[in-house]
Amino acid sequence: MIEIQDLRKSFGEKEVLRGISFSVHDGETVAIIGASGCGKSVLLKLIIGLLHPDSGVVNVDGLTIADASEEQLEALRRQIGFLFQSAALFDSMTVYENVVLGLWEQGQRDETKLRSIATEKLAMVGLNGIFDQKPSELSGGMKKRVGLARALAMEPKYLFYDEPTTGLDPITSDQIDLLIYNVTERYKATNIIVTHDLFTVQQIAKRVIFINEGIAYFDGTPDELLSSSEKVIQQFVERFVQK
Amino acid sequence: MTNPIRYIGRKTTGFLSELGEIARLLAKTYSFIPRIGKDRALLVKQMEHIGSDSIPLVLVIGFFTGMVSSWQAAYQFKGMISNSFIGSAVSRAIFIELGPVLAAIVIAGRVGASIAAELGTMKVTEQIDALESLGISPIRYLSTPRVVAATLMMPLLTIFANMIALIGAFVVANFFLDISNKVFFDSVKRYFHVKDILGGIFKSLFFGNVLALIGVHVGLKTSGGAEGVGLSSIRAFVLGASMILILDYLLWMVIF
Repeated sequence: MIEIQDLRKSFGEKEVLRGISFSVHDGETVAIIGASGCGKSVLLKLIIGLLHPDSGVVNVDGLTIADASEEQLEALRRQIGFLFQSAALFDSMTVYENVVLGLWEQGQRDETKLRSIATEKLAMVGLNGIFDQKPSELSGGMKKRVGLARALAMEPKYLFYDEPTTGLDPITSDQIDLLIYNVTERYKATNIIVTHDLFTVQQIAKRVIFINEGIAYFDGTPDELLSSSEKVIQQFVERFVQK
Repeated sequence: MTNPIRYIGRKTTGFLSELGEIARLLAKTYSFIPRIGKDRALLVKQMEHIGSDSIPLVLVIGFFTGMVSSWQAAYQFKGMISNSFIGSAVSRAIFIELGPVLAAIVIAGRVGASIAAELGTMKVTEQIDALESLGISPIRYLSTPRVVAATLMMPLLTIFANMIALIGAFVVANFFLDISNKVFFDSVKRYFHVKDILGGIFKSLFFGNVLALIGVHVGLKTSGGAEGVGLSSIRAFVLGASMILILDYLLWMVIF
């Protein structure tokens, strides 16, 4: 379970998060939405301790992130699969090396087993026969898929998706949405999806949190969000509803 | 207009704070040395990149440095000291200063800047975050192998630089200044002190360590996309080259 209490974070003069609080229960699939620069991605990085809050508390499975040692944080992060906005594949490595790096670093040295896991995870995201390719040889959609395969290789308890469809064409976006949906159904992990793509929200999330002015302005189901009479929310969902 | 006292104060605070960050990075980097055996593949890769791949450049620089040193010595000795002393004068200058310092400055350009650019690119493309998200410490995975590799390879590169510079000096002495093999190498032997050569190699250990450490520090602090990466490369070279000269002075006081 993830608990966030009164979290604040500033960058220079700009206060991005202004006391945001919410909880995510085990097994939930939550979408976090909001305007660009509202702190959605920052929130994910605060949860896994990649950034440090100015104040407030993040608890993951009872571990307070601010008080955790390096070893505790590393152990926690191994339970969290993270799909980055840019996929963040290691460009000096092949696709295979990217997918199995986490396992290798955990001490898994059985090459047959590693290849079998990589084959399985890549097949799960719809990729075959690209073991030896470098990230620079892949398209944007393929990079996201490899990034997801890398996150899944660790069999994580939590899956965080940072803008999974940003920068992709509508067809590839739909494919990624379907992929995430299948993964959430199959893995039963706790999923947090940061996005401003309401198609993604409607297709995958069971719950949606709308961040506005640094706080959780709305917390409900996607249907409740779309039918909200709040002006700020209506402005945000307007384009989607018109389509 | 900015208050000059406030400006100096801010710069000093910034400098001290950065020094503190480098010291913290050094401590964390060293804390992973006991497990470098497990990370030997990373270490070997860096030793190859920092060491073997730098040999051609170090040899070229060393050869020309040696040659110009002979000319310089002959020019300064003219009318005062016999050219038969060129071997000793040049060899001692090479072993104590020119070999270690020039090799280190070459490595600051080739390796320090490339470490900063590589890690800087990883930083701005979220690859460092991705490493951490996999439960991998970037310091263990990226910093320790580079710092250890540079510390181990720098003395070897210095030995190469010394040897080739001595050959360069001999070539000029023999072909252009009419100094025979025997006179040149007798002169080298006559005033040869083991301390000179060991002192130079000892200094190079520190140079290698500092260069890699600065490269890692600057790389990990990169921000601002491609422009930031470019600035980090420049910064790593400037800081690295400056630190070599400052360290060279301090180590001279300790060793000689």
